[in-house]
Amino acid sequence: MTTAVETSQKAEIPPPASTVGWVGWLRENLFSSWQSTVLTLLAIWIIYLVIPPFIQWAFIDAIWTGNEAQDCKLPDGSRKDGACWIYIKAWIGGYMYGLYPYDLRWRIDLAAIAAVLMFAPLSIKNLPYKNVYGVAVVLLYPIVAYFMFYGFVDFPPGAPGSATHPWRTVQTDKWGGLALTLLIASVGIIAALPLGILLALGRRSSMPIVSTFSVVFIELWRGVPLITVLFMSSVMLPLFLPEGVNFDKLLRALIGVTMFSAAYMAEVVRGGLAAIPKGQYEGAMALGLSYPKMMTFIILPQALRYAIPNIVSNFIGLFKDTTLVAIIGMFDLLGAIQLGNADPKWLGFSIEGYAFAALLYFVFCFSMSRYSQHLERKLHTGHKKR
Amino acid sequence: MAVDVRETARAPDTPIWLDSRYRAIFFQVVLLVIVLGFGAYIFHNTYANLERRGIASGFGFLGSTAGFDIIMHLVPYSAASSFGQALLVGLLNTLVVAGIGIVFATMLGFVIGVARLSRNWLIARLAAVYIEGIRNIPLLLQIIFWYQVLGKSTPGPRQSIGILGLFFINNRGLYMPAPVFQEGFWLAPVALAIGIVASIVVFRWARARQVATGQQFPILWTSLGLTFGLPLLALIVMGMPFHWDYPELQGFNFSGGMVLIPEFISLTFALVVYTAAFIGETVRAGIMAVSHGQTEAAYALGLRPGPTLRLVIIPQAMRVIIPPMTSQYLNLTKNSSLATAIAYPDLVAVFAGTVLNQTGQAVECIAITMAVYLTTSLTTSVFMNWFNTKMALRER
Amino acid sequence: MKKISVIAAGAALIAFVAGEAQAQATLDAVKKRGQVICGVSQSLPGFANPDAQGNWAGFDVDMCRAVAAAVFGDAKRVKFVPTTAKERFTALQSGEVDFLARNTTWTMSRDTQLGFDFVGINFYDGQGFMVTKKLGVKSALELKGATVCTQTGTTTEQNLADFFRANKMEYKVVAFEKNDEVLAAYDSGRCDVFTTDRSGLAADRTKLKNPNDHVILPEVISKEPLGPLVRHGDNNWGDIVRWAFFVMLNAEELGVDSKNVDEMKKSANPEIKRMLGIEGDFGKMVGLDNNWAYNVIKLVGNYAESYDRNVGPNTPIALSRGVNALWTKGGLQYAPPIR
Repeated sequence: MTTAVETSQKAEIPPPASTVGWVGWLRENLFSSWQSTVLTLLAIWIIYLVIPPFIQWAFIDAIWTGNEAQDCKLPDGSRKDGACWIYIKAWIGGYMYGLYPYDLRWRIDLAAIAAVLMFAPLSIKNLPYKNVYGVAVVLLYPIVAYFMFYGFVDFPPGAPGSATHPWRTVQTDKWGGLALTLLIASVGIIAALPLGILLALGRRSSMPIVSTFSVVFIELWRGVPLITVLFMSSVMLPLFLPEGVNFDKLLRALIGVTMFSAAYMAEVVRGGLAAIPKGQYEGAMALGLSYPKMMTFIILPQALRYAIPNIVSNFIGLFKDTTLVAIIGMFDLLGAIQLGNADPKWLGFSIEGYAFAALLYFVFCFSMSRYSQHLERKLHTGHKKR
Repeated sequence: MAVDVRETARAPDTPIWLDSRYRAIFFQVVLLVIVLGFGAYIFHNTYANLERRGIASGFGFLGSTAGFDIIMHLVPYSAASSFGQALLVGLLNTLVVAGIGIVFATMLGFVIGVARLSRNWLIARLAAVYIEGIRNIPLLLQIIFWYQVLGKSTPGPRQSIGILGLFFINNRGLYMPAPVFQEGFWLAPVALAIGIVASIVVFRWARARQVATGQQFPILWTSLGLTFGLPLLALIVMGMPFHWDYPELQGFNFSGGMVLIPEFISLTFALVVYTAAFIGETVRAGIMAVSHGQTEAAYALGLRPGPTLRLVIIPQAMRVIIPPMTSQYLNLTKNSSLATAIAYPDLVAVFAGTVLNQTGQAVECIAITMAVYLTTSLTTSVFMNWFNTKMALRER
Repeated sequence: MKKISVIAAGAALIAFVAGEAQAQATLDAVKKRGQVICGVSQSLPGFANPDAQGNWAGFDVDMCRAVAAAVFGDAKRVKFVPTTAKERFTALQSGEVDFLARNTTWTMSRDTQLGFDFVGINFYDGQGFMVTKKLGVKSALELKGATVCTQTGTTTEQNLADFFRANKMEYKVVAFEKNDEVLAAYDSGRCDVFTTDRSGLAADRTKLKNPNDHVILPEVISKEPLGPLVRHGDNNWGDIVRWAFFVMLNAEELGVDSKNVDEMKKSANPEIKRMLGIEGDFGKMVGLDNNWAYNVIKLVGNYAESYDRNVGPNTPIALSRGVNALWTKGGLQYAPPIR
């Protein structure tokens, strides 16, 4: 009896035509069952409803050339169907700089360039003393930016040069636009970081009064909406100060934003602290390090590393929340756009203004959130290697 | 010889300020002094400022006549009501937006979260685009945007879009018939309450039976029947003791019926859309946290995908989902304060806005507003913590 | 080291509490600072409105400039702080601004409960209604069932409620935080009626897409005496603001304006002589120099000049003098004499 034993491998039969190539892909991913088919058709219908009219409005019918509102209007005075992008073109300066004096706007640009130049070295991989440099830049840059924004030659009112000098002071009520949005968000995060660290340490402390105080402080700010905090800073804070002492409106808003974001920051840092294995504490204590030394050199550097992605998402949240200062009458990006919408020359184009604002915010927030995800992955693998 | 550790912890010549126990006490006393001192300082300044300038203070104003009207009130309110009643109106308006927003955001959020994980490529992409697009645009901008769109796309009252002659849409809102209750209507809410209680009882019994015997019971249909059938029965028994009040065009506007004002619609819509994007991400993370083996095991037991999701995946995912969901609910409630940007009369707009301006008592008004939000937030946290403990894994 | 710093911080804190700054007379503070800080509206054409370069102009702005002219002899020494309706009172209470010239209605509760002193009425106003011509409404009494847009935090909201209640008419009110939002909502058709002070209606009408499609109804439903206000308690500062305003009125009455003020110095009229500081020490009486009134008239102008320049018939606002005419011409503006 012979048994038929296959000694050589048979030639592979190609998979059925319906499972490979684009047909296979479609069957697998879009039409795998009748439910899936219905959903696919539904999705196509939604896309059909949204995308073509949007493209029609934003690109095909849009008005790209011209300088006046008249160019976006029909002869009878009603507006044309497409998006009037020349309105954005006319107001872009206002969106970026708010009411900042026209001839001094280069100072804001300079501050932006300085930011790029000062922070760029941080992207170099093996920069020596990178941490030291990073901390130094974070502390130094606000001072640089402050002088760029505010100027440093303070003329008495009415003195010669008070209207022409390139470095004359510009009061904070003139600051605005995207520049102000970035300023408030950055100050809010940078100033909140040390406060948040202290609160996080306080919350984990074994000293009852310290931890109670931290918990109460954190929960108090986290329990109320930011808008009430801003209202508080704009109408209540002045009454808290002794007579004759006054804070600038922007400074008051910054204090409110900082307190608010410090409470959230504390929770983020607490999350980072919770991720540190107990052995790190024990190791540090075994070396005889005091509490401040243990925290500064062993625990916090690791905890903050873990917390960085969340700090970035906190920053994104704060960046979006700065729009609320428009409600208390400041001209941040949203405030500047509303200012433009109320411009008698350009009435009736507010949708374009808001669409542009949405695009700007999206570009900023989306790229930051991508960066945060990138950091998360990087830090994660770094941990695994060990 | 045993060494007493505690004795050696502090060498006999260690000065008292290096002893960690005493140092802890010292730090806490210092903190306490600073905090109390700072509080006293602020209080002193505020008091002195108010006193010196003859500014009225105290909460007596809550009883005085408000003298202004509010477009949307769930409890009786007129210009002759007090500031205290205005506070209540604002609070209820906030709660109604938050309540409705939470319900719809949860439903939409679950749909988005599940769609994000769908095996259908197009649906998953669409959900991802939705999540990324909505999350990265400030909520305030979205609220204002939807308000503008609603205002521009709806016609004036005289050109209203009518649906069946019962519903009317125009730029003053969505008008619909309102039931007017007559005598004998009281039985319906009672029946509804009985129906809900009965549904819960049936649900518990059915679950116990399923755990014990594996027999399933059509809970959904029974509950629906009990909750809606009983009130209907009550109405029939009492001879339909209500009639409908239809909206009619009179003069400038529609009158009669009920109206959802555009401020309410756009605020709720924006809050739902925004929060649903975050809830979607939460739901996705929760489902991903459930190991794939669970799905495979469920399939191996012969469960179809629907029941697998409902009975195996979601209950386990819920444990991961609930804590972040709590903070999303709180965020939604707090975010409803952005109503002030589009004139929806919520707590902030009415109390920290109009009342504050009418009375000029900034300190009291802001303090009350913050206290109300704080109470709401803490209550919700406590409730969700309780719910979370209930849902937590009970190891057997 | 640590302990010392903690003690130092504590000591500083106590010193801070104990040595609370003494109440400082506003005039001294203003002189030391070198400028007057004046609280104005955010953007109200004709009353206070910045142009694209940030230069402020308007009727209220002139009031600020007059005070600066009286104090410094320089009308440019003013810092304008735009305030929302909500912030304005705290801004004044806390000393963030020296006075408010922000078309604020003088009411008893504001005068007594909020710690302010109104120093005069520089504009007699009343609340009115604006509707689109399309509606065909001729009188406010036909507004039954209308939806009304208004700004929150003003006396307007209460007057509105009073008016509709008194006439037993139903209405709906939509109250916005900012004036521009009210206007946008009215323009988009959210409301049938836009209500605010009649001067404001005239000013805001110029900001609408098609101003000629809108009509201001004849009814005036309230008294709105608008005027500058100062903190209660610093009477000297209140006197300065009050008399800077009265100088403008008196100048109009005496026929003195910015163009002829130098000639008028030679006038034989004793009233003019007193006002322009040729006779008497009236400037010293309020702690200023005797040129104070001359500077106000020279640098800002008299009441009529300011009115005509900002809100008068030849401006887009186009308000006739009406009750704001001098008492000698049948109006209500009447200034006590300088003597």
